[in-house]
Amino acid sequence: MSDMAAKPNLSPGVQAQGGIGTAAVPATEHGDHLHHDDHEHHDQHWLWKYVFSQDHKQIAKQFLITGMLWAVLGGTLSSLFRLQLGWPEGSMEWLTPVLGKWIQAGKLNPEFYLALVTMHGTIMVFFVLTAGLSGTFSNFLIPLQVGARDMASGFMNMLSYWFFFLSSVIMFASLFIETGPAAAGWTIYPPLSALPQAIPGSGAGMTLWLVSMVFFIVSQLLGGVNYVTTVINLRTRGMSMSKLPLTIWAFFLTAILGILAFPVLFSAALLLVFDRSFGTSFFLSDIYIAGQALSNQGGSPVLFQHLFWFLGHPEVYIVIMPAMGMVSEVLATNARKPIFGYRAMIGSLIGISLLSFVVWAHHMFVTGMNPFLGSVFMFLTLIIAVPSGVKVFNWLATLWRGNIRFTAAMLFAIGFVSLFISGGLTGIILGNATLDIQMHNTYFVVAHFHLVMGAAAFFGLFAGVYHWFPKMFGRMMDEKLGYIHFWLTFVGVYLVFMPMHYVGIAGFPRRYYAWTGFDAFSQFADLNRFISIAAIIAFLGQFIFLFNFFYSIFRGRRATQNPWNSTTLEWTTPINPGHGNWPGEIPAVYRWPYDYSKPGSEADFIPQNVPYSQTQSSNLPYEQDMAE
Amino acid sequence: MTALTILLVLVLLLVVFGLLFRLQILTSIFSGTFTRDIGMSNSVNAILMLVFLIGGGAWFAYSFAENFNKMNPPIASVHGHQMERMFWTTMTIIGIAFVITQTLLFIYSYKYQHKEGRRAFFFAHNNKIEVIWTVIPAIVMAALIFAGWKAWTRITGAAPKSAVVVEVMGKQFNWLVRYPGRDMKLGVINYRMIDAVNEWGFDLSDKSALDDFTSNEIHVPKGVPVLIKIRSRDVLHAVYMPHFRVQMYAVPGMPTRFWFTPTTTTNEMRARLGNPKFNYELACNQVCGGSHFAMKATVIVDEPDEYQNWYAAQQSFSQKNPEVMAAFKQKAKPSVSKTAEPAEAQEAAPAPLAATY
Repeated sequence: MSDMAAKPNLSPGVQAQGGIGTAAVPATEHGDHLHHDDHEHHDQHWLWKYVFSQDHKQIAKQFLITGMLWAVLGGTLSSLFRLQLGWPEGSMEWLTPVLGKWIQAGKLNPEFYLALVTMHGTIMVFFVLTAGLSGTFSNFLIPLQVGARDMASGFMNMLSYWFFFLSSVIMFASLFIETGPAAAGWTIYPPLSALPQAIPGSGAGMTLWLVSMVFFIVSQLLGGVNYVTTVINLRTRGMSMSKLPLTIWAFFLTAILGILAFPVLFSAALLLVFDRSFGTSFFLSDIYIAGQALSNQGGSPVLFQHLFWFLGHPEVYIVIMPAMGMVSEVLATNARKPIFGYRAMIGSLIGISLLSFVVWAHHMFVTGMNPFLGSVFMFLTLIIAVPSGVKVFNWLATLWRGNIRFTAAMLFAIGFVSLFISGGLTGIILGNATLDIQMHNTYFVVAHFHLVMGAAAFFGLFAGVYHWFPKMFGRMMDEKLGYIHFWLTFVGVYLVFMPMHYVGIAGFPRRYYAWTGFDAFSQFADLNRFISIAAIIAFLGQFIFLFNFFYSIFRGRRATQNPWNSTTLEWTTPINPGHGNWPGEIPAVYRWPYDYSKPGSEADFIPQNVPYSQTQSSNLPYEQDMAE
Repeated sequence: MTALTILLVLVLLLVVFGLLFRLQILTSIFSGTFTRDIGMSNSVNAILMLVFLIGGGAWFAYSFAENFNKMNPPIASVHGHQMERMFWTTMTIIGIAFVITQTLLFIYSYKYQHKEGRRAFFFAHNNKIEVIWTVIPAIVMAALIFAGWKAWTRITGAAPKSAVVVEVMGKQFNWLVRYPGRDMKLGVINYRMIDAVNEWGFDLSDKSALDDFTSNEIHVPKGVPVLIKIRSRDVLHAVYMPHFRVQMYAVPGMPTRFWFTPTTTTNEMRARLGNPKFNYELACNQVCGGSHFAMKATVIVDEPDEYQNWYAAQQSFSQKNPEVMAAFKQKAKPSVSKTAEPAEAQEAAPAPLAATY
């Protein structure tokens, strides 16, 4: 102990907060840890340490940085098609050096326009908001917050990233092939996606899309099985399921959704591969195209939609639930208040998870599906508003009479709640089959889901990065730049997506290269230009974040051990935790993760690893029993 | 102009941000509370929360009102008017929820900003409140579900027997339209018989196909139920007629349908809008390829007697295309002639996309 006292930056908090772990470790080992974070892998080759790492923290960073690269690309694609929508008559000649043959006589090729929206959707939904968000934070936080040395299988975890990487490389390559990338929409509905005669993007581009998605699904399953196993089996002493931070509950349920839903996408992709390459007719029937009647008979394109949305709908919850979990955590920490209704929050997460599997056909009200099914799915869909509402009300109650610190993470968490409300409420319109007759596939849908699961999930991602950056890199991100980033993005997002509702209510269809051919949709030229400008500015604003992120990795202010005075276990590790996370024994857990501003306690937070016996003054009656 | 407005808004925002920040520093220096602690940027952000609520709310209200007419194109079907009422009722309900929750969010953020020495209220749960805000939304949802379900069953229910029938078929990148002719029966079609002339694939060995006629526009009578039968012959399309609140996918291999009752003729609507060029439009609303955005048909609502006259004046496909008829007659004999071949070859080389936009 005396040795430790001489080294002040060695997790003093753990000691002060009554952590029992570090005391048991021989002092010599500690000395080593001071200078080398990963003492156990002292002589490890950099290739194994940074590239083929099995450390969940390193893998999380790999997911994050890959996700960020994809986000830049996905955002760039959206800027390109917003240019087209904002200035349909304008010349794009100046983009020829980049886009080459996709610009003809100053005009964007309409088929390439579809490729742009397709790839934007695919990249954002799968590569950024699934892999980049859930992949990063499930990996990073699960072992740290449940008190585990690493994932249940470090090797599988590493494979998970490298399958994602492989999938990324293939998808990226598809952008550069002769016939262009997939262009049938991110939902790749056949027959359009099955027939290269229908659109060039359904040639090699679609093949690469499918191959890439297969690897992506493998990556998701390897990751998901690992997350579930880790949460179930590797929780530290005392960490019962009812003491888990809401982040972990969210990641846990997200992983279960992924494990159950992604295999169905795999089956859909596989059947589509058969239809494309081996002459089967799962999704094809009675088709005459390019001067030829195809021999396929008896297939159903609607079957594909069922299979796709059986993944596709849980997928939007796979995207949003981790963000919900992190936002709950950030809100409680920075409002210095326990999250309101902890059990109701878990209950609503479970409710949303269950319901998410029985609402998929609300994407298909007008696809020719039996109208009776439409009634059933309308009923189930609108029920989701109830648990979602509970979450919003609980977040509001968490802020009520708090003592709010506006860190950059907190701002993004508040922004998340605002966007989730704005986008979620219009879901009540779209979930109503009757109203969906008019709204289906219009910009109203685009506005709805961009707010509720696009922008909101991004805000959750930003909240997470700003909040856990000190734990990831041992340094702080610049808060001022964070504020500017937040306000620019927040205002920008609303300027982009609120007007999109107006365009949608008028019936303007999505995935239209130009609206100029229709009298019914042509009254919004100004508004479309407005949206485009706002979108491009908001996108450029993200470079503030990128600069802040990479600058802070190397030059940021050094972090303290628990910069946000948070209660959860990850802040009991050293500032730069090595592989294994805790240098000594893993701390045990005694209490729930939200003892903020507890009456009777001097500090306004009591970490999870502080036993009740040390907090006599603040214990509630039943806790007092546990202390004795 | 809009570019300037947005830029101005953003610049103003940054200026406000900067000014508030400076002001805060100056006052804190004067009052001697200048510390590099939570304090100053915290209250700046708290104030910005309030600014955002008021400024954002004002902008939203203004732009919503300004665009309200544009976002409400005229409606011309019986169920369309009912849907419209339901839409704006639902919008009002979610609007109320929107205003309450957003206001609380930003007011709380402002009001409960960090203050030195104050402590947050330890308030972990309250079952009563939880039950209230679970049950109230559930009741509202139940009402919306019930209303939606009733309308949905009515709209998607079987069309009245008196409905006039028109069939549309989507193909890359236009809509084909046919009517059942005098016998009021749509004849058999077969996608294997499609060629450049026989775009529908009429099987003229079927007697009821002989009087079917095709049209470039969709004519429907006012005040009479219209049943639209929908097909696709290549990829997915969707029949979308925003003025009638009609939408249904066109699925290859699976005929679909939608019925509605038009309430206003094209001429009446032109007079009402003061726009002699007005037309009801049918747009494709499921991505179907490069020229998806240009896949359009015109719908004309006639007075019933006008419609009758128009209908009676049409010449059937078989009459218009005697050579196709002849081919079918020949086909009835054992040796099958392949007259369709050259036509097919012609269509196999579709016009370059560039020509369509």
